[in-house]
Parts: sequence; structure tokens; C-alpha cells
Amino acid sequence: MIGQNRSVLTGLAVLLLLVGCGGPAAGPSAERSLILATTTSTQDSGLLDELLPAFTADTGWQVKTVAVGSGQAIELGRRGEADVLLVHSPAAEEEFVAEGTAGQRRLVMHNDFVLVGPESDPAGVRGAGAAEAMARIAGSGAVFVSRGDDSGTNAREDQLWAASGITPGGPWYQETGQGMGATLRVADENGGYTLSDRATWLSQPGSLVVLGEGDPGLLNVYHVIEMTTRAGDRVQPDGAAAFADWILGAPAQAMIGEFGRAEFGQPLFVPDAGKPDPAGG
Amino acid sequence: MDVLLDGLVEALRLLAGGDADTWEITGLTLRVSLTATGLALLLGVPLGTMVALGRFRGRRVVLAAANTGLGLPPVVIGLFVTVLLWRSGPLGAFGLLYTPTAMIVAQTAIATPIVVALAAAALQQVDPDFLVQCHGLGATRTRALLALLGEARLPLLAAAMAAFGAVVSEVGAAQMVGGNLAGETRVLTTAAVLATSRGQFSLAIAFGLILLLIAFAVNLVLTLAQQYEPARS
Repeated sequence: MIGQNRSVLTGLAVLLLLVGCGGPAAGPSAERSLILATTTSTQDSGLLDELLPAFTADTGWQVKTVAVGSGQAIELGRRGEADVLLVHSPAAEEEFVAEGTAGQRRLVMHNDFVLVGPESDPAGVRGAGAAEAMARIAGSGAVFVSRGDDSGTNAREDQLWAASGITPGGPWYQETGQGMGATLRVADENGGYTLSDRATWLSQPGSLVVLGEGDPGLLNVYHVIEMTTRAGDRVQPDGAAAFADWILGAPAQAMIGEFGRAEFGQPLFVPDAGKPDPAGG
Repeated sequence: MDVLLDGLVEALRLLAGGDADTWEITGLTLRVSLTATGLALLLGVPLGTMVALGRFRGRRVVLAAANTGLGLPPVVIGLFVTVLLWRSGPLGAFGLLYTPTAMIVAQTAIATPIVVALAAAALQQVDPDFLVQCHGLGATRTRALLALLGEARLPLLAAAMAAFGAVVSEVGAAQMVGGNLAGETRVLTTAAVLATSRGQFSLAIAFGLILLLIAFAVNLVLTLAQQYEPARS
């Protein structure tokens, strides 16, 4: 038995060696590639599918997109796990940039958040201002479905609750912890209200209708943030700069302005490169 | 119900129409999950054999650990592997995060405990006198061990099928370490999740059906191998 164990052990050692040698062979290519941490809205709306191939063709940089909530995207940047961020959570971004590991932060585009809910509008929020609408939802006990994931949309929702003087909680307040698409579907199924970016709402089939829009508190602004080696040794500032400069260039801005027009009859984002920052950043 | 029907039509259209992206995603799914299953067998069968036949200290603890691994959530494995492969992590220098290799590593970690646990159970089922008899017949230790593995062929192939089923269907680790990059690390499960989050339900169903189809094809081959009766002389 002992002898058998030894031969099995030897075999195992050889296998481990083989696996160890075989692993990296399938590894990274020699091409330059950068990591972009961004929000689910830019991926779920399909915008990145349109932009990234053009970026790669123009600059030779391959892009690895990690589409997560803005909170997680910023955290990946802070840890040096991403080279460049495309995010929409201005308050958290300003705090992050003040820490000093990020480089330039520049305005890319905007669209707006919309308060959506069932056509029947049980809380009677149609036409009310954003903060007032939130107060009415809480007061009526109608279901509100929150992202609950520290995303940019979630951060904005929290600001609106704060503006309405309400601390949400209770059976009417449901947190999905998921992306915008999934959250919209939960709201739809449960006959609830939710806050969504307009692009994702437009791209989702469903019965939810827009009940609140146009409030200054519903502006949704996207910034590109370049990371520096202060965040981590392996950050590629040249890749970050290439991406940020490209997305702010005229051809990319024109693509952003056109995106969605064919499918939805209206553009999903408004290009903003070089304009004064509406969020004050 | 319309969505299900549309999904079926969409699946047929993607496959029959030779949609390049779909074939690429399907090919990568097979490549990653089959490689991971193969590696798990290479690691797990010897380990399972040791656990089943060995007489060493801590044997039962290893077995209990492998049995625990049967229920290990892929997303937890994915998180461990991600942290190890982070640029700032111990293996960051290799730049493996968001590559198929990273997915193979994570799926191998998911599948290996399954193979160990099921292989150990399979070998412990074989009559304890079997090895003694082999020795009596003059077989070398290696020959005896190979004969034992042959004897346990049915449950060992079942272990392979369980391992493949676990990795080809998991989404947590594939998403986390692969990143679902189009044309690079997108597999059928992560593609289905993305299609769902984009509201493209028919497409998501189509990916699900293709996944079922290839899982069935792989299991059919393994089952035929398992049930194959060699001509006895």
C-alpha cells in the first residue's frame, strides 16, 4: 500500500508540473490591453459595443470592460485594478479624486434619470417634483424597488430620499442588489416604482411608464477618470489617457450623440466634451 | 410563453444560420469547461484514489473537505481566484485576470473536489480483496491500480459527468474571473445573463437551449463510453 501511495504521489506531482507548465501558455496575448471599469448602464444600453471596436481600431488598445455599479468601479480604480473609469456618481467621484490616486476627471456625456412606475400610479406622483414624488411614494406605502448596490443610480436615489427628508425602510422598500435591467423587471413584476437611467429604461421591454422627469435633481452625468500609478504599480496611465482623450474626441462624441436614434427614435446620451460641468465638478 | 417559443426559434436560427459570435461563444464554453474537467480528473482521480485506499493521518478530514466541495458556491471560488489574480494580488504579475486561462483555473477548482469525492466513493465500493487478488495473480502495483480504476469505470465516468455539469452550468466564477468580455471570455452562461439584463429574453433563452444541447452532446459521449461493453473472450 505504501508503495502504491508513492507511485500515486509521483504521478500527482508530474501532473501538477504539467498543469503548471500548461497554464500560462493559454495566457495573455502580447497586445496592449487596458481595463475599463464602468457602469452597467453603458454596457446594458449597448453603447460600449458601438464605441469600443472603433477605439481599438483607432489606437490599437484592446479594452477589457468590467461593467459593475459605479461604487464598485471606483473601488477597482482605488485598488489599481482598473486603468480608466467611466462612471456616473459625481459626489462619490469627487471624494475619490480628492484622495489623490486618480488623475484627470473629465465630463463625457449626460442623460437623465427617470422615475418610472405602473401606469395606474397608485401614489399619485405624476407631475410632482422628484423629492416630492419620493415623499408621496413613501407616504402611500406603494412598492419602491431600489438598486441597493452602491451604484450611481442608487447614490442618486439616496440623495432624493435625503432631499425628501425620508429614511426609506419597511416592507414597501425592496432592494434588489442587482443591475438596472434586473431592477426594472422586479419593479415591473411587483407593480412598483423605481429610479432608472433613461437609456436602460428605453432599452428594456416592459409596462413601466415615466412618471417623473426633467427635475434638475434627475440629471445623470458621466465622467471619465484616468487612474495613475499612485493607485498601483501595474496601472497603465498611457492606456487611460488614450481612452479618455479618444472618448472626448470629435468622432467618439458624434457616435455618442447618434447612439440609439435608429432604435429608439431618440439619442440615449448627450455628448458633453469640453462643456462646463453641470454637476459643478 | 411567447418568449420560450421565440427563444427556440432564435436558437435554431443562430445555430443553423452559422452566427459567428454564437459559435465562438459555444466553442469557448466547450474549451474552458472541457479543459477544466480534464484537469480536475487528472488531479482528482489520483487524490481520490489516495483518499480511498491510503492509510494516512487526516484521510477522513480530506474526504470531508472534498465532500464539502460538492456544495461549494462557484461565486465564492470565483472571488478567491479573482483576489489571487488581481494586479495587486500574489499572482498579479501574470496578468491572467479576465482571460480564458483564469476561467479554467476557477472551474478546475470547482470541479476537482467533485471528482475527488466521487472517485473516492467509487473506489471504496470495489471489493477490498480486489487488489489482493491482483497481487496474487502476479500483477505489478501499477497494473493492479489500473485494473482497479477499470473496475470502477462506471462511477468514475459519472464523476466526470458531474464535474462537467457543474462547471459548464456555473455563471458566478465565469463572470467574476472572466469578466464576460465579448469575443474573449464570453461563455454561454454569462452571455445568457447579459442578454437577460439587456431585456433580450429570447436571445437569453436561445443561449440556454444551446447550453443544454452541448451539455447533452458531451454527456451522450461519456454515457456511451460508460455503458460500452467490451467483447469478452
